[in-house]
Amino acid sequence: MLAIAGTVPSEDFPLVDGKITMVGNEIRIDDKRVSVNRGTPALMAAAIKTAETLGQPTPFGYLVGDTGLGKGSRHLYKYLTDHLPYSALQTMTFHYLQPIVHWHKRLQQVIYEIKERPTLIADAGFMYVAKMSGQAPMYDLFTPDIGELAFLADEKAPHPFYTRGFILHDENRVSDLISRAYDHNNASRFLLVKGKQDYLASRQGILETVNSPMEEALEAMGGTGDTITGIVSALIDSGMSIPEAAVTAMKANRLAGHYAKPTPATQVIEIIQHIPRALSEVLRANVAAN
Amino acid sequence: MSFLSFFKDKQKPGTPGDNGNVDRGIMVFENTSEVIQAENTLKREGWEIRVMGPPPEIQSGCDLVIEFPLIEELNILRSLEGEGIPPLEMVPVTSPLLQPVDLFHIKDFGEYIMVRAANMKLTVEKATENIVNVSGGGCPDVPYLAYEMVGQTLADAPSPREIGHTLCGYALQLAFEEVKRRC
Repeated sequence: MLAIAGTVPSEDFPLVDGKITMVGNEIRIDDKRVSVNRGTPALMAAAIKTAETLGQPTPFGYLVGDTGLGKGSRHLYKYLTDHLPYSALQTMTFHYLQPIVHWHKRLQQVIYEIKERPTLIADAGFMYVAKMSGQAPMYDLFTPDIGELAFLADEKAPHPFYTRGFILHDENRVSDLISRAYDHNNASRFLLVKGKQDYLASRQGILETVNSPMEEALEAMGGTGDTITGIVSALIDSGMSIPEAAVTAMKANRLAGHYAKPTPATQVIEIIQHIPRALSEVLRANVAAN
Repeated sequence: MSFLSFFKDKQKPGTPGDNGNVDRGIMVFENTSEVIQAENTLKREGWEIRVMGPPPEIQSGCDLVIEFPLIEELNILRSLEGEGIPPLEMVPVTSPLLQPVDLFHIKDFGEYIMVRAANMKLTVEKATENIVNVSGGGCPDVPYLAYEMVGQTLADAPSPREIGHTLCGYALQLAFEEVKRRC
């Protein structure tokens, strides 16, 4: 089973967990409804669409309200620390949580002691705290964009806000940034770098590059990084290897974006609705190629 | 440390490390009186802070600094500014010489312009100065900021400095200022 943990932008939203479903433009979890525009709900929606397309069970979610004060995130860290040892998860994706190092360490200690450790995926604030904690190698997959890759490559930066200029200047040299991130043990087993071109990388360097279809406007859209993380999470949970899942997700996310005919003002829900069609096409092409 | 405990303490690859203060920052003030005022203000508001001596790299003024949760820099700064005691500097504990990002990436889409500061991107329709998208970032105030800002004009939108809480909010503030400068 895939589980996804993250936040929604409201201080009043209580901590809920349960199977996530999607009705119209909303996700439903426990007795709560959340509109999908960006952030964790967008990741969850993309994972639901992917699981549906694959005929897999719907993902499990842990969701709490947090507008950046960190209160909800702390609550969720504690809840996960208490409950994950008793959960039968194959894949766990962590997303928008306040980066808090001591809570991350407690949670990782719990996960480390689980007999059959789930595949660990991190994006957004949870990827930041994994790097800040010096625990990036515990993870199987990070999904940074190019600015976040520069942060992973800067061994001194505690947050992307402090990434040093000479490293940010290197953003066109993605392979150098990837090498630097691995050299300082600030990268997960695999990296899915999302951007104008998408890259799959490991300690060995860049393994795959996907750059079509090209929709320049996607870079400006909030949530397109969240959708690719949702797609790859559900694909990995279905049993696909991480490299195959990453390349399939890169292609499907781009194709879904292409079908949405985006402008820089397009909202991510318009892309999510195209995921089943795009993913089916990519999966068919995968079968044909093999 | 005993011989056995050396092996016990030695970390296996991929096990939790020891970067306990990497998410902490340091605030430098003009004088000790301001340190005390700031300490009182922040403790009253429930922040996890402590007064300590400065690291060698920033021993330039006051002989005391306040350690604070770095991610919540924007929120704490707003609080101290409201009390009239803004710090001279706010820097990471682990690397006090690091400076906030000052490099902007600009992408011109024709009708739209996107400005990126660090990990935060803000996109505006040129003709109307409407904010059409906010993307990037990883702290939980980013979806909140996007919700509050998208659909508003640059003139009417709340600034991230006013309603954000984290370093991602701070980065978005820099992008917001840069796009206003260009529009």
